[in-house]
Amino acid sequence: MIINHPILGPRDSQEFTYLGDASLIDRPDWQADNAADQFHDYLYLRDNPAGEHRELWFHEQGDRSWLVVTRNTVTHEILNVELARDVARARGRSK
Amino acid sequence: MTDAVMNAGRVAFQADGSTGARKGVQVNRLDGGLIKGSKALSFTFDGKSYKGFEGDTLASALLANGVRLMGRSFKYHRPRGVLTSGSEEPNALVELRSGGRQEPNTRATVAELYDGLEANSQNRWPSLQHDFMAINDRFSNFLTAGFYYKTFMWPAAFWEKLYEPIIRKAAGLGSISFEADPDAYDKGFLHCDLLVIGAGPTGLMAALTAGRAGAQVIIADEDFLLGGRLNAETFGIGDLAGSAWVEQAQAELAAMPNVRVMPRTTIIGAFDHGIYGAVERTADHVLAPEAGKPRQILWRIYSKRAMLAAGATERPIAFENNDRPGVMLAGAVRAYANRWAVTPDQTVAVFTNNDDGHRTAADLITKGVKVTAVIDTRADAPKVEGAELFAGAQVIDTKGRLGLEWARVRLANGTTRDVPCGALAVSGGWNPNVHLTCHQRGRPAWREDIAAFVPAGELPQNMSVAGAANGDFSTAAALRAGAEGAVAALSELGIEAKAADLPEAEDAPINVTPFWYVKEGKGRAWLDQQNDVTVKDVKLAHQENFRSVEHLKRYTTLGMATDQGKTSNMGGLAIMAELAGKQIPEVGTTMFRPPYTPVSFGVMAGRSVGEEFRPTRKTPSHKWAEEQGAVFVEVGQWLRAQWFPQAGETHWRQSVDREVLQTRNSVGVCDVTTLGKIDVQGKDAAEFLNKMYANAFAKLPVGKVRYGLMLREDGIAYDDGTAARFAEDHFVVTTTTANAVLVYRNMEFARQCLFPDMDVQLISTTEAWAQFAVAGPNARKLLQKVVDPEFDISNEAFPFMACGEVTVAGGCRARLFRISFSGELAYEIAVPTRYGDAMIRKLMEAGEEFGAVPYGTEALGVMRIEKGHAAGNELNGTTSALNLGMGKMVSKKKDCIGNTLSERPGMNREDALKLVGFKPVNAADPVQAGAHLMNADGEVSAATDQGYITSAAYSPVLGCSIGIGFLKRGDSRKGEVIRAVNPLEGKEIQVEVVSAHFVDPEGERLRG
Amino acid sequence: MRYSGLKVIKEALTGHKGWRPTWRDPEPKKSYDVVIIGGGGHGLATAYYLAKNHNITNVAVIEKGWIGGGNVGRNTTIIRSNYLLDGNEPFYELSLKLWEGLEQDFNYNAMVSQRGILNLVHTDAQRDAARRRGNAMILNGSDAELLDTDGVRAMYPFLNFNDARFPIKGGLLHRRGGTVRHDAVAWGYARGADLRGVDIIQNCEVTGFRIENGKCLGVETSKGFIGANKVASCVAGSSSRVMERAGMRLPIESHVLQAFVSEGLKPVLDGVITFGAGHFYCSQSDKGGLVFGGDLDMYNSYAQRGNLPVVEDVMEGGMALIPALGRVRMLRSWGGIMDMSMDGSPFIDKTHIDGLYFNGGWCYGGFKATPASGWCYAHLLATDTPHKVATAYRLDRFRKGLMIDEKGQGAQPNLH
Repeated sequence: MIINHPILGPRDSQEFTYLGDASLIDRPDWQADNAADQFHDYLYLRDNPAGEHRELWFHEQGDRSWLVVTRNTVTHEILNVELARDVARARGRSK
Repeated sequence: MTDAVMNAGRVAFQADGSTGARKGVQVNRLDGGLIKGSKALSFTFDGKSYKGFEGDTLASALLANGVRLMGRSFKYHRPRGVLTSGSEEPNALVELRSGGRQEPNTRATVAELYDGLEANSQNRWPSLQHDFMAINDRFSNFLTAGFYYKTFMWPAAFWEKLYEPIIRKAAGLGSISFEADPDAYDKGFLHCDLLVIGAGPTGLMAALTAGRAGAQVIIADEDFLLGGRLNAETFGIGDLAGSAWVEQAQAELAAMPNVRVMPRTTIIGAFDHGIYGAVERTADHVLAPEAGKPRQILWRIYSKRAMLAAGATERPIAFENNDRPGVMLAGAVRAYANRWAVTPDQTVAVFTNNDDGHRTAADLITKGVKVTAVIDTRADAPKVEGAELFAGAQVIDTKGRLGLEWARVRLANGTTRDVPCGALAVSGGWNPNVHLTCHQRGRPAWREDIAAFVPAGELPQNMSVAGAANGDFSTAAALRAGAEGAVAALSELGIEAKAADLPEAEDAPINVTPFWYVKEGKGRAWLDQQNDVTVKDVKLAHQENFRSVEHLKRYTTLGMATDQGKTSNMGGLAIMAELAGKQIPEVGTTMFRPPYTPVSFGVMAGRSVGEEFRPTRKTPSHKWAEEQGAVFVEVGQWLRAQWFPQAGETHWRQSVDREVLQTRNSVGVCDVTTLGKIDVQGKDAAEFLNKMYANAFAKLPVGKVRYGLMLREDGIAYDDGTAARFAEDHFVVTTTTANAVLVYRNMEFARQCLFPDMDVQLISTTEAWAQFAVAGPNARKLLQKVVDPEFDISNEAFPFMACGEVTVAGGCRARLFRISFSGELAYEIAVPTRYGDAMIRKLMEAGEEFGAVPYGTEALGVMRIEKGHAAGNELNGTTSALNLGMGKMVSKKKDCIGNTLSERPGMNREDALKLVGFKPVNAADPVQAGAHLMNADGEVSAATDQGYITSAAYSPVLGCSIGIGFLKRGDSRKGEVIRAVNPLEGKEIQVEVVSAHFVDPEGERLRG
Repeated sequence: MRYSGLKVIKEALTGHKGWRPTWRDPEPKKSYDVVIIGGGGHGLATAYYLAKNHNITNVAVIEKGWIGGGNVGRNTTIIRSNYLLDGNEPFYELSLKLWEGLEQDFNYNAMVSQRGILNLVHTDAQRDAARRRGNAMILNGSDAELLDTDGVRAMYPFLNFNDARFPIKGGLLHRRGGTVRHDAVAWGYARGADLRGVDIIQNCEVTGFRIENGKCLGVETSKGFIGANKVASCVAGSSSRVMERAGMRLPIESHVLQAFVSEGLKPVLDGVITFGAGHFYCSQSDKGGLVFGGDLDMYNSYAQRGNLPVVEDVMEGGMALIPALGRVRMLRSWGGIMDMSMDGSPFIDKTHIDGLYFNGGWCYGGFKATPASGWCYAHLLATDTPHKVATAYRLDRFRKGLMIDEKGQGAQPNLH
């Protein structure tokens, strides 16, 4: 596969390490009342669609960027690639 | 232009006769052809010597020499000859070469002849002519499809003891020599605008069109000669003979710097996003590769567009005894005659359901071969010049034990006629080579007019198909499709190409009446010749409800042989459709998967073999350690010194005990560079580490080091190390050797994805710093000789857990940490890696007066077990801080990765495993890692399991073997005597549960 | 119809006219006691043991395509009972015991062949781990032997003992491990279930569940609604997709695993070998092909196909271990969808929806589990209590912190 890195352009996916569902960005608040349940769902119940999937890839043998790749899990077609940091900020993560 | 292209320079038929064969040079050799008839090549088959020519394949050369019998079938050991002239060959498989280069199952049809070629037949004993296992053929009634599922079950034990060993011995085709392959293989990467797969008329026209437009083009063909069927036919293109047109096209392509022509290159698979795998056979056509040159190369081709122009494969017709040596595909017979100047026999008959078969008859007659009959299933078959035609007739049987002698024909009028023939050229029509279009699960569609499947549905991204591969079988259509396809593909890339004026070419219509098998006869009619699958087997599969194409394939093994059913699948499908009362497309096709043709292990492994299987990382002191005669051990990709044997030491334990004792008594030095190192900088560095570690870091003072434990988000401990604070905004973190990459990855994840606005930067510096542990009571004295005098490293100025930047050896920058893994007064000192070698020499020189020893990973391990420090065996991915006895370290006052889920009840059970130490009750008993723990009394079973020993070593300090491990409620069981059982090796000892801190439990030494 | 030596001889002599369909192709009834979704190995085994052990025969197995077309039709055929953890080993030991008697039991030769599995070790730490595992196996009634380098060499002298990057220091040998003719397992169970009255319905896709008041009443299919007292999902790689229709999210990701077979060869390998320093394991089929595999492609996928880097990685491992394979050719590759769970261990459990049961999360170890999976799932369906060797395979184990993590990789499905 080829991942079109937002900074570096097209790179072979072999340079990357795969993590999984991009919702791993949405780490819950440890002080919430139901933090245990939230963390359970966050860590263990991930999206696993047959179709478009937003997922985290790490450019380990490259510039060390974490990327959010939107990829179809049936055809492997890649529809979008973003810097995970931008996605994280857009989802309200900060410090 | 590559060497390979130069070498592949074609040799066309020359008017002056300097090339091309001479009739009768070998018994079945004809005139002409595209071979170099000037120089005879010697080769052997089953030990017998023959001659052939450059440009021959092993198959064409054997046929030229009158050899029709080339192999035996898999199950019935039927005598077999060559069926085809290409990579789809099911029968003519040989063991090529010998020794480490012995190559089983090589298709004689694609093995290029070279001087000295050595081939042997396979799957026969004692000889190809007299094969004892041919007895199977007598029992064919018993050996039908799936017979083995119904039998060999009685008595129960006999399957494994008797039946299966016999079957295993008999099964298989060729054999390997068990010697290591001496040849080298390479891998490479290529990029192009247009990849053209196949260099027949379609592919060549496409490459010419795209090349002329300036696009980056790769054109690849599995054959050593470009041209595809143009080499096998007598058609002209424009004013030129087909092969001459090919020569002209090849010359033009070779002159274009933007075109790479790759003969002998098979595109093996279509992978995601326009990536193709290709295997180039750079040295299979010579006796051995030139020194330093690879035998084959695996290319990963990144294409923006690809055109499949892989042509078509002829399919046979099934009839009784259609597998005898001499029964061949009509297109192959024509190819042997026209390209290789060979006829399989002096008398040939033709059996066809389409006009193409007639071409074979015509070409053979032109070449002076006697064609005894043309048998055409069609009542309205066209006339034949020079041979008898039986229209509306069928071949119903053949005779000839080791080679065809005659064919029995049922004439249209119902009578039979026996037609003498040493070869029978059979044509059942042509199947487009759709394989690569299916590699991403595209499903072909049925085209009634040509009675064949053509590419359809979702093709691999950016692939188009043209020519015969797309069902356009005439030469004119191929040229047109190639040109137009290239223009269309390039226009998508914004490259403007012009379709050239196309030359005149053959444009015969397809005229085929589907005809799959001859119904007459009670004997066997073969579909899959290699696996011995017959029409009867398909009928039986249908009868037993194995009707889905996948069930059919799996039950009968149809299409699962080395040829992947290229000539047999279609017939099986058609028969199943007929039996099921369905249309062929309703039955569907099985999935074509990579590779297109089989690929060697060697080329897929490339250079990653032997010691080069994976990179070797050497520590900065490696060269010095080698000089000391160190024994090395693999630690991941690192090589580390395991121990340093000295003269007189005959057992590793002597060396290790000495290293431990001398370190504990005086001082030892160990290269610890392999530990991961991460520089953490930024205003929020402390807060960031507070999130990363289970224990608190925010308030660590500058100049101090703290031990840190890292949890996964699920609350399991996964790594430990130290973080040293060099400035308010600068930490240096160490990780275990094994987890250096993972910890860094996780920290980057936290930095970019969880806390994107934290002001913190990370960089891995594992390779930037050479780091040495200096441990033992004399460690300070030693270091004081190395660290420059302006730095006070006295106990008061530089106490336990201090860190600082210093200089050594008169100004060399260094980092000093007062941390201890051994439990002794100890330091770690780091210098830029390029000074690592100098540093170890300096340290050892300075330590000489103290008797300093280098110590390796074994002594390191012994000392950490003596201190009860957790390492990889304890941080095994299932143990929590609680298990490790560090439950209290996990701060409840802050958020950190893993703390929430570490509180789940299952991880905090009252009988949780706890890390403790074990001493043998009988001091002579060895404690063994991997032993399980059982109570002092009671049964030994999984149900009574109390835990396990993780690490064990002989402690020279205690004078006995010791261990650490996890024991249920271990922390409250000290003093209890339990059993460490190791039924695997028949051992059981009594051990006392003790603190894991065997040596200096109060930690006085390291503070000294 | 029972297969017997006599029957085989009779049919051979009379033109094989008497063989009947291995299973029928009935139209679905309006309702069943149990509807099993998924005609793979596990689903068919479940149906077989429901009928055989619990006399529940009003059962339908509903299959989207053709039976045995999932992972039972695309695996590397290995069976073994060499697990480490309490939650697993008793289950896999039951499975191996069932394999050992399977052919006599269902009267179909699936070619169960216990030629041994050798897990190579290359470091001292791996040897320690092998010892712990071997002892766990023996304590659970399985078998294990610890070999040193010479012991390995005596078995397989052609492994790389000369210039290996990671020298072979020994191995853990599990003699009762071996291989089975995988397709035959599906067919044997199908035939056995069919003979006992189970309806096997091919080419019938489940499109939804009918759930009312927290109770599952049956399934909507491409052949209409089929009612059921109990609905049992058993669809491996499609688990997330199917259970989503019941509104459930699962601790499972679907990944692609490639596997490979070489051209047929005269005997090379008698048993199964796993390389401990790379991703490669290999056995040789009774037909002579080397059957081998390695690691996942690592990314979520439902594509049933993989990519080149993993092919190269696997075959590099093959060459590193057996240098004599250089001229041997890989004939065919294929890809299966693995239902990779969050701790690498499976689920056999009731769901929170009354009447709806779930079996999945087999990762790439589903084939060897087939008999015990069917046995225990049937037990659960018949009795509504987990079988005693499958008590740990619960859907709520992550909430409780009771992971069964053989590899110690945590909630990272592609690493299990």
